[in-house]
Amino acid sequence: MAGRQQKPQTAAGARGAAVRMGTATLSLEQAPPISVPLRFFLTAPLFAIAAALALLSLGPAVWASRWSAGALAVTHLMTLGFLAMVMIGALMQMLPVVAGTPVAQARRVGGMVHALLGLGTLALAGSFLAARVPLLAPALALLALAFVVFIGAAAGSLVRARAAAITVRGIRFSIGALGVTVCLGLLLGVGRSWHQPLPVSRLTALHLAWGLLGWVGLLVVGVGFQVVPMFQTTPPYPRILTGQLTRAIFVTLLLWSSAQCLSGHLALAHESAPALACLLGLGYAVFAVTTLALQQQRRREMPDITVRFWRIGMASLLACTALGWVGLCRSQGVPISLEFTWGILAILGFGVSVISGMLYKIVPFLVWLHLQASPSGRGKLPNMKQIIPERRVYIQFWLHLAALLLLAGAAWMPRLLAYPAAAALGFSNLLLWLNLMSAWRLYTRILAGGFPG
Amino acid sequence: MVDSIYSELSTDHRHCDDLLGAAENQVHRGDWLSAGKSLQDFLGATLRHFEAEETVLFPAFEMRTGQAMGPTRIMRTEHEQMRALFEDLRRDIESRDRGHYLGSSETLLTLLQQHNLKEEQVLYPMADRALASEVPELLQRMRADRPA
Repeated sequence: MAGRQQKPQTAAGARGAAVRMGTATLSLEQAPPISVPLRFFLTAPLFAIAAALALLSLGPAVWASRWSAGALAVTHLMTLGFLAMVMIGALMQMLPVVAGTPVAQARRVGGMVHALLGLGTLALAGSFLAARVPLLAPALALLALAFVVFIGAAAGSLVRARAAAITVRGIRFSIGALGVTVCLGLLLGVGRSWHQPLPVSRLTALHLAWGLLGWVGLLVVGVGFQVVPMFQTTPPYPRILTGQLTRAIFVTLLLWSSAQCLSGHLALAHESAPALACLLGLGYAVFAVTTLALQQQRRREMPDITVRFWRIGMASLLACTALGWVGLCRSQGVPISLEFTWGILAILGFGVSVISGMLYKIVPFLVWLHLQASPSGRGKLPNMKQIIPERRVYIQFWLHLAALLLLAGAAWMPRLLAYPAAAALGFSNLLLWLNLMSAWRLYTRILAGGFPG
Repeated sequence: MVDSIYSELSTDHRHCDDLLGAAENQVHRGDWLSAGKSLQDFLGATLRHFEAEETVLFPAFEMRTGQAMGPTRIMRTEHEQMRALFEDLRRDIESRDRGHYLGSSETLLTLLQQHNLKEEQVLYPMADRALASEVPELLQRMRADRPA
């Protein structure tokens, strides 16, 4: 499609041709077929259900250590299977809109990345849970390939994008951080698979920070700058934040990582690492507080489920910062329950909440948009609130909140809450999946025979 | 950047957003009379904005860049999609169908915002660069079509 648009349609003068050279790569079409993003969105809740089933079958034992096989499996089912799954699908859809540059070969890239990421995540979780089965090496190969293909395709789109766009910068940093996360993860996996001696706890801290505070956090901040004012009808973010915050967070993350790596050798590095970690927390706290303040000034009076999901996300982000600071202040190590709570707030409270809120806007809109463009679009079409009925969305919202609170509670009282928390996580994601599937089923039904009214 | 296509038309987007938001708030409260008036204001402002783009900006851009099938074609298509939703909103106000109005308004808001995003992130900056010396005259012509 891009190629077709680059051909001049009318005779243009020499000056027009020069302009065309500069703008030829920028075009606004190329939204990928609906199947590209939706396959990612409809798969993600299934991985969260798998995480819930793992939690149910393992019971309170999972909560004994963050290094337990169960905890590692559940964490990766959520981060790779849910968060990365949706974020990659959303980027495939979003790049043409925010950057003006589509992902080349979106259909093929989307299909490949989806399959590789899904299989790789299953194999990785399996390798943790069934240590005797040799699944780790194939898992690493599948995941490495998935991310190489995705990062390559996204980078191809981003180098052509207009640098000034505020969201583009956040996406670039975020994908850079994804690259670092993947390399660190592969290193850890290779060390585990081939029993190489590695500084595992330090590398894990880096892997986790680049994944959650880099890839996930920077994407939410960068995209939030754009979508919160537009779709939640708030005033814009202050210019100093949109101009500097993603860069400041990325640079701080780099400095903190260097300090972590050198802390055994250099006194200055050892002393500056906690200060840099505090600063990282501060960056995210500023984003969370600003977002909550802007949401208070939204122009629409009607309740909006996306705003509610984002509020949970921002509150969780603030809680993460506070817990992080508490952890830094403690001289004798951090209790395991605190570490678990931090992870739950970051992954489920921040990541899953924000993403769920976005999915409830993106999926009905995409269904509407693609129906509009189809031959069936000439008849009367359902609007977004008819595509996913609001009542079921609200029930899912409350289930999600219950799962978050129960899981955070289970970190402190695993005997009492491990099973209810796992069940709530499972039901919440089952309903999320059913809600998203109902939109897809409506889409296929209308394509087949029209809107029943 | 006082007199740029970007600044002028982005400001106009925000004005239209406010009017659409006001109509939605009034329907939400059940104030149908005010909602009808706000919707009229929104439709008036937005249709003038579309017309200024379709009759002045887009043709100038297409002439200069030779891209008649490029970004402007997509923008015209989205204008058409929005015009269809305008009809839904008008009907819902007449029949006082609160639930349907709020659903249509949500759909329009989303379509409108992602449309604005593309114009503000991609098309207007491109137009400002491509049409550099013609910009003041184009803005004059668009203002004539679109009285404040």
